[in-house]
Amino acid sequence: MSVLIYIDQAEGQIKKSSFEAASYGARLAEQTSTQAEAVVVGNSSADLSMLGKYGIKKVHHVNNEMLNHFDAQTYTRVIGQVTEACQATVVVLSNNVNGKAIAPGLSARLKAGLVAGAVSLPDTSNGFVVKKGVFSGKAFANVNVLSPIKIIGLTPNAFSPVAGEGTAEVVAFNASIDAPRVKHLATNKVQGQIPLSEAELVISGGRGLKGSENWGMIEELAGLIGAATACSRAVADAHWRPHHEHVGQTGGSIAPNLYFAVGISGAIQHLAGVNRSKVIVVINKDPEAPFFKAADYGIVGDAFEVMPKVIDAVKKLKGA
Amino acid sequence: MKILVCISKTPDTTAKIAFVDNNTKFAADGVQWIINPYDEWYALVRAIELKEKDPATVIHLVNVGGADTEPIIRKALALGGDEAIRVNFDSQDSFSIASQIAAIAKDGAYDLILTGKETLDFNGASIGGMLAELLDIPFISLATKLDLNGTIATVSREIEGGEEVAEAALPLVVSCQKGMAEQRIPNMKGIMGARTKPLKVVEPVAADPLTAIVGFELPPAKAGVKLVSADQPEELVRLLHEEAKLF
Repeated sequence: MSVLIYIDQAEGQIKKSSFEAASYGARLAEQTSTQAEAVVVGNSSADLSMLGKYGIKKVHHVNNEMLNHFDAQTYTRVIGQVTEACQATVVVLSNNVNGKAIAPGLSARLKAGLVAGAVSLPDTSNGFVVKKGVFSGKAFANVNVLSPIKIIGLTPNAFSPVAGEGTAEVVAFNASIDAPRVKHLATNKVQGQIPLSEAELVISGGRGLKGSENWGMIEELAGLIGAATACSRAVADAHWRPHHEHVGQTGGSIAPNLYFAVGISGAIQHLAGVNRSKVIVVINKDPEAPFFKAADYGIVGDAFEVMPKVIDAVKKLKGA
Repeated sequence: MKILVCISKTPDTTAKIAFVDNNTKFAADGVQWIINPYDEWYALVRAIELKEKDPATVIHLVNVGGADTEPIIRKALALGGDEAIRVNFDSQDSFSIASQIAAIAKDGAYDLILTGKETLDFNGASIGGMLAELLDIPFISLATKLDLNGTIATVSREIEGGEEVAEAALPLVVSCQKGMAEQRIPNMKGIMGARTKPLKVVEPVAADPLTAIVGFELPPAKAGVKLVSADQPEELVRLLHEEAKLF
């Protein structure tokens, strides 16, 4: 019996969302009096034994050159084998891009109920009930998992990783691997930017900024505090900013610690993608903008006047 | 080329979200239903674009739902589906829904199966991956671009901070999102034609659910916004630093 946590990597490094999944899985193992084990697939440059700090006792490392590029089907089958070998009753993955690619296939393969987008630990007092976001952030559902094996896709930034002491035992796992049927051609990364889904702080701009040429102040503030940049749908549709920056009901859904919205009115569709943010700041010249109702802090004012002053104040604070 | 596009109905994006029956059911009264935007704008429209390039392409639509989903199926036919299949089955469990679609897909021998990346109501992002596993064919998720060259598909997929480009031989399951295509409005010819396009209703196959929703909750209300004067933006920075401790 164990809780198995899939540790997702990018270029051989463990993603932040995987530390969250590891901590979550370890807490769940404690709660259900079993052991937390992890599976790492493909090459790793990380010291995997340090996952012990997050409560992982044992790491199964499946290393094979066929696994060095992510493929949903191949990874799913490898993780399925590890799940069976360590008799895991719960599999935890981050509900990030790769988690969303793997978890459903694993669910179908193991006939294991999946809760994708979990926001807190399961209630195991009566069944196995997991709270997850539904209606694009406008509500939560409590989902009971009926199958013997349960799969949880943990929403990124919903569970704070807790690092303590400990060293995990790292063992090589020999999986039977079929050659991936999807062939990797290229990875194109936007250099020097913090990925939106991993960001704790996000600065976002809307139509109120009038044009792509005015994004300098968004980028400057983001650079000063180490934030990612995002935008509203209107902005992405007008091609002022790339599509991957679009957050909202039909774009990305994020839950950072800070969502700082400049010149975004806060239509219900936009709010759906960002209303799980811990702190929302709104700068808008329209006092009636619906976003103020969802905000924690706000300034009613012209972004072009307010933002330079905000940037100056942050510079002063940072001693820059 | 045979393409299967999976479509689901969701409440309109502006619908008020509320629950009835002791918070166990979505309050559907007065709610306008639409085709899940990811299914329509990206999966279906991309299928239509592929058909425009290769007129021999056939687009089938599949929906798992009750008779009340037929208006949105007709709309999808008006946009450009050739035929539709509705599996007469209502469920909130993605595995039992995917099992229905897998049964249809097995019969239809499709080259390409497209889904939206997720539905706006349950946000499971699960159907595509489950289908691929049930059908034993490859799956590429969160795709922003899809091109076909004969029976080889080239797909771009979102990753953190960028994209990955991959290719795979058909058959293939792809979940689609923004970037893939642009929203279209059905024209009059499409709307007229949709009335007579085949919409077949089939009964479900046996599939036990793996999950059950026991109840819903609304997020706690916000305490209210703390407004700072536009003349003192430095006060906002101080609050974010000292009170919210964000940076």
